[in-house]
Amino acid sequence: MPPTNVSDPNYYHKVVDCQWACPAHTNVPEYLRLIAQGRYSDSYLLNRESNVFPGILGRTCDRPCEPACRRGRVDGKPVAICRLKRVASDLRDDITDRLPSAPKEKNGKRVALIGAGPASLTVANDLLPLGYEVVVYEKYKQAGGLMRFNIPAFRLPAAVLDEETDYVIRMGADVRYGTNIDSMKSLLNENYDAVFVGSGAPKGKELEIPGRREGNSKEVIHIGIEWLGSVHFGHIEKIEPRVLIIGVGNTAMDCCRTSKRLGATDVKVIARRSRPHFKASPWELEDAEEEQVEIVENHAPKTFIYANGKLVGMEFEQLEWSDEGGKQKSKVTGLVTIPCDSVILAIGQDNAFPWIERDIGIEFDKWDMPNVDKTTMESTRKGVFFGGDSAWGPQNIIWAVEHGHQAAISIHHHCQGEPVTNRPPRGMNLVSAKVGMNGWMYSNDYNPSPRAKMTHEELVKRFSAVNVEVELGFTPEQTAREVQRCLNCDIETHFTEKLCIECDACVDICPENCITIAPAGDEADLRTRLSAPALNMTQDIFVSDGLPQTKRVMVKDEDLCLHCGLCAERCPTAAWDMKKFELVIPYALNRSAAEATA
Amino acid sequence: MTSIVKPPVKHPSLQTNALGLTKRDYEGAMSTLCAGCGHDSVTSALISAFWELDVPPHRAAKMSGIGCSSKTTAYFMKQSHGFNSVHGRMPSVTSGANAANRDLIYIGVSGDGDSLSIGLGQLCHAIRRNVNMLYVLENNGVYGLTKGQFSASADVGSTSKRGEANMNQPIDPCLLSMTLGATFVARSFSGDKAQLIPILKAGLMHNGFAMIDIISPCVSFNDHDGSTKSYKFTREHEVEIVHADFVPLRKEISAESNAAGGVTSVTMHDGSTVRFRRTAEDYDPTNRIGAYSHVKACGERGEIATGLLYLEEGSGGEMHTLNKTVKRPLVEIPQAELCPGSKALDELMAEFR
Repeated sequence: MPPTNVSDPNYYHKVVDCQWACPAHTNVPEYLRLIAQGRYSDSYLLNRESNVFPGILGRTCDRPCEPACRRGRVDGKPVAICRLKRVASDLRDDITDRLPSAPKEKNGKRVALIGAGPASLTVANDLLPLGYEVVVYEKYKQAGGLMRFNIPAFRLPAAVLDEETDYVIRMGADVRYGTNIDSMKSLLNENYDAVFVGSGAPKGKELEIPGRREGNSKEVIHIGIEWLGSVHFGHIEKIEPRVLIIGVGNTAMDCCRTSKRLGATDVKVIARRSRPHFKASPWELEDAEEEQVEIVENHAPKTFIYANGKLVGMEFEQLEWSDEGGKQKSKVTGLVTIPCDSVILAIGQDNAFPWIERDIGIEFDKWDMPNVDKTTMESTRKGVFFGGDSAWGPQNIIWAVEHGHQAAISIHHHCQGEPVTNRPPRGMNLVSAKVGMNGWMYSNDYNPSPRAKMTHEELVKRFSAVNVEVELGFTPEQTAREVQRCLNCDIETHFTEKLCIECDACVDICPENCITIAPAGDEADLRTRLSAPALNMTQDIFVSDGLPQTKRVMVKDEDLCLHCGLCAERCPTAAWDMKKFELVIPYALNRSAAEATA
Repeated sequence: MTSIVKPPVKHPSLQTNALGLTKRDYEGAMSTLCAGCGHDSVTSALISAFWELDVPPHRAAKMSGIGCSSKTTAYFMKQSHGFNSVHGRMPSVTSGANAANRDLIYIGVSGDGDSLSIGLGQLCHAIRRNVNMLYVLENNGVYGLTKGQFSASADVGSTSKRGEANMNQPIDPCLLSMTLGATFVARSFSGDKAQLIPILKAGLMHNGFAMIDIISPCVSFNDHDGSTKSYKFTREHEVEIVHADFVPLRKEISAESNAAGGVTSVTMHDGSTVRFRRTAEDYDPTNRIGAYSHVKACGERGEIATGLLYLEEGSGGEMHTLNKTVKRPLVEIPQAELCPGSKALDELMAEFR
């Protein structure tokens, strides 16, 4: 196995599991340390660099970072990264004077953004400081897109949303509220230098089964995201007592919990599959069940049932699933009727572009989806970009933000006459974390505390209105403990072969048996010959060049490293050092900074 | 010295021994020795040896004197008995402890200063008496705690950190032990656990005095170019003249590997086996005179002979056999029997009148 190239930013980046898993590559360990130091504003601004909406995401993010968190492999529960982000947002001072601002002098380029959701606002956030004139077309009277109309206020208070969307808009975006774009052709005729489509996936999927259009169906059968929007606008203020939610994604969770707040007493969520296959995040399922929502597995909808023109129930096929050659096959084992007065369909969303003419160079594939480049976000027509849910269907907010960052780079290149395929490289900074004989610039001791549990508003109070926030946030004590659960994976164990005297001190002290000095070999063989076998193939092993005295190699399995620094503390020659790794991410604004460190 | 204690987190694949304990259960306090000290590697090897032998920690007694090496006993098996004696007096204290309670497993950890200077007389007599103990001599050629003066094991011509050369003849603990009749003599290197751990295990199971001289470099004062006890010098001049594998009783001994050329097997008193694989021609680890000559010749060529150099199992006897002591440890003998009173004393005294 060749020596590991740690000068490639990807190697150490991958060690920081949370940052690697985050679509926007938020520097999690650093912002947690800032929280630990009480520097909430600094932590908020660091977050904002990569994810733009820390307050919103601190409440609503799908948190791909948490399943990836190394702490989860060490003691079973990841650090509560997402809710700590909220702490930084809740406790920050007024940071408005530290936000990026747009120059008075514009660069003469005009960009149109369609939709004022997270993707478009990220593009605006990245381009306004460069002097672009940004025009945002928004169908509704408020900004935020799906974040506002589809995420209920009991999860995301309007004040948080207003504040963070305003940070971007106040930089000088020209938002045309209440303006629906119904023809791409005429928009293109307005001679914008670039157009970005961030209009989301606003069309809820239909369920065309017998009875869908009968009796009182118009009043009592709803499409999930449309219904959530109507609740937001106040068009719908109550619902029937017995409600079935069809589908078990995160929208279904929002629908069932909103129903409970609008007067429903008996709410059931009906899933086709069994629990391990649910699309909803585990914590959203838990929150729904805490509110006495019943989740019914392995039921496929068959018919809507009416009595005297009034919906009285739904018939389902009971399914049994089996694994056939890697594919899940279902078998109907019986029929069952579940009584209900109302049904909400939450089985997915589509993006639809009836307003984009098919003869203007924007190609669509066989599913009628635009062909969008995965890296540049550009469509087949130069200067027209897509991002967020409108690019490849529903994902989540943090992906929309990352699409926005990438599209902003592309738009900048497009407007400056550079090829959009020129992608600025990621760079890195690597600095020793040593501060004196026995000190590091981070708290290297392992904190054995269990994961902090979020306190929820009591049930009676939370059902009193639709906008009572359920999660109360962490207390200062919870925050102080939880930040110390972070293993500081960005403080990397950095090895210098030529200094090593092969004294075995690092091998002996490592609490997780990560380190071995072994005769060289190929990776598959080396993985079995270590102090503890390196069985997690998703985690890299570091291999040094031949050591000076015996030509054996130093091997480190990254999987369970606590980043406690004991290897470096026990190393007599500083062959092992703890170095703080910082990923330098290129944005439209700082491309050259990233290049300089790459 | 480290800023934190070793986190109490265990690797999920950590195995347990016959007692259901992991290696982590055999650890002790955090070492305060210098970073990179060979002694810490010896500690780690001792942890492995005790763990692999399924020794219940509370059945062992860790004995030491004074010096960097003597701190080692604090760093493994925190549930064991222990005695930290006056400088150089560990062999005598261990002899006494062993006389009183023969059922414990005794491990003495000492250094070249504690054993070969101030405690040399004590060491010699413990060897003569054949006290049943493992005697680990962590040998680095210098007095580390007093900033690196030459010790009695420093080789002629080796230099101090400041460049001054040693002119006095060294004492080789292995040759010394062989001349005094030791029944188990080995040398190893802290940087070679594959060799050291089987030797430690064999030494623990040996019924008698087991001397293990371990070259254990002092990173602070004797790991420089003029040193003959540095990591680099030891690696370059080490000659493993015999390789020992310790085969515990509960593992089946394969006849095939025993029959292989160059392999000699010695059965220990408990039925386990030490299997020798000779790497030097004609070397017989059971021939005291031959072993002495060979090791002496290696030393004169500037080579460091390592391995289980000499083993004599079953002949003669250890201290209790020689002195015909009672089988039971004193602690298990009832007070009335142990101290029969003044009447019994008077009767005994009368016999001498």
